[in-house]
Amino acid sequence: MKKYDELTEFLLRMGDSALIQAQRLCEWTGKAPALEEELALMNVGLDLVGQARNWLEYAAERIGDEAIDADVLAYRRDERNYRNVLMVEQPNGDFAVTMAKQFFYDVWQYHMLTQLRGSSDERVVAIAMKSLKEVTYHLRRSSEWVERLGDGTEESHRRMADAVDSVWRFSYDLLLVSDEEAALCADKTLGDITQIADQWQSMVARVLAASTLEVPAPAEPFYLNSRNGVHSECLGILLAEMQFLQRAHPDASW
Amino acid sequence: MPLAHSVLANVMDPEVPVVSVVDLGIVRGLSWREGHLHVLITPTYSGCPATEVIETSIRDALVQSGFVSTQVEQRLDPAWTTDWITDEGREKLKAYGISPPVGSADKRSLTAEKPVVLCPICDSKNTLQISEFGSTACKALYRCNDCLEPFDYFKCI
Repeated sequence: MKKYDELTEFLLRMGDSALIQAQRLCEWTGKAPALEEELALMNVGLDLVGQARNWLEYAAERIGDEAIDADVLAYRRDERNYRNVLMVEQPNGDFAVTMAKQFFYDVWQYHMLTQLRGSSDERVVAIAMKSLKEVTYHLRRSSEWVERLGDGTEESHRRMADAVDSVWRFSYDLLLVSDEEAALCADKTLGDITQIADQWQSMVARVLAASTLEVPAPAEPFYLNSRNGVHSECLGILLAEMQFLQRAHPDASW
Repeated sequence: MPLAHSVLANVMDPEVPVVSVVDLGIVRGLSWREGHLHVLITPTYSGCPATEVIETSIRDALVQSGFVSTQVEQRLDPAWTTDWITDEGREKLKAYGISPPVGSADKRSLTAEKPVVLCPICDSKNTLQISEFGSTACKALYRCNDCLEPFDYFKCI
């Protein structure tokens, strides 16, 4: 596993998370429950691919190797070098699981980006300001879905509750701030993201309560560690599909 | 410079071909720099697939009008907002059947009420959102409850 400087590692974490979330959303192509929902899932994915490109382009510039650009980072790293949060790599499950993951990720993005606007790094601020507009829109939609399904029929309530339960354990990894990131906050390189856990939990609790869903106790850490590239087994399978073309035909273009 | 500006005023958005890149507020700057024409543009959405086409169209249009040495630079900051769409752009959108964004993006908060969107065909206020997203990243789907026609709404962002 290769480690870069602290800021580059953080950029990879933001970019990889957006990219993997977008790839999962793309898996709904052709099988979403309604045409309008398919449009929405793909459009959210498109925004996230754009955000991923912005973060990864900056990461590639900082790495400073001519052979490495955003595409190389996206298509030629294996899972041990991916820094995405564990939440987004989880399989889509049913529509409720997809919306639970989207909602938890949107709340995280919303608070992270809000804080990153206060960074001393102008490039981070520009990407955060741009992304935040889009993420605010995503969050409005995903929280409405959680509420509609949670506070819906007996069946939708049960499915939404199961969905929250099935991915909740990955929230520990979402909310953990590493010592390296805390140091970047302390010297103002990054805006203050150290309160992310409280901010995330308070917004999530509010929406789950409005959705008549129970708020689980904070998740406990376990052996997986996205910052060290120790991902759940599903990431390798996802990357195999996402990277196939560039691995089989390097530098292919049209 | 007025010539370059008028060339850009005729470069249309590839996905909404009635509004130009100037109408949409994508062009943020136009200046001479060391012998070449420098055009500063900003993407509407991070993932908007039209951004690269727009960059190429701008360069092609300028070259065809005699501006041989041009440089198009993309910048994210300050982030594009629908507030930059010109009044003329808004009228063109409406005439094309796309309801223009309502209100100011600055005042829209996370929990804000949904805007009152006018039907671009019959001007009715009695409209319903069908989906937050439409055929492109910048639009949502609506339906008019009076004339019953579906239509696109240009999202306020």
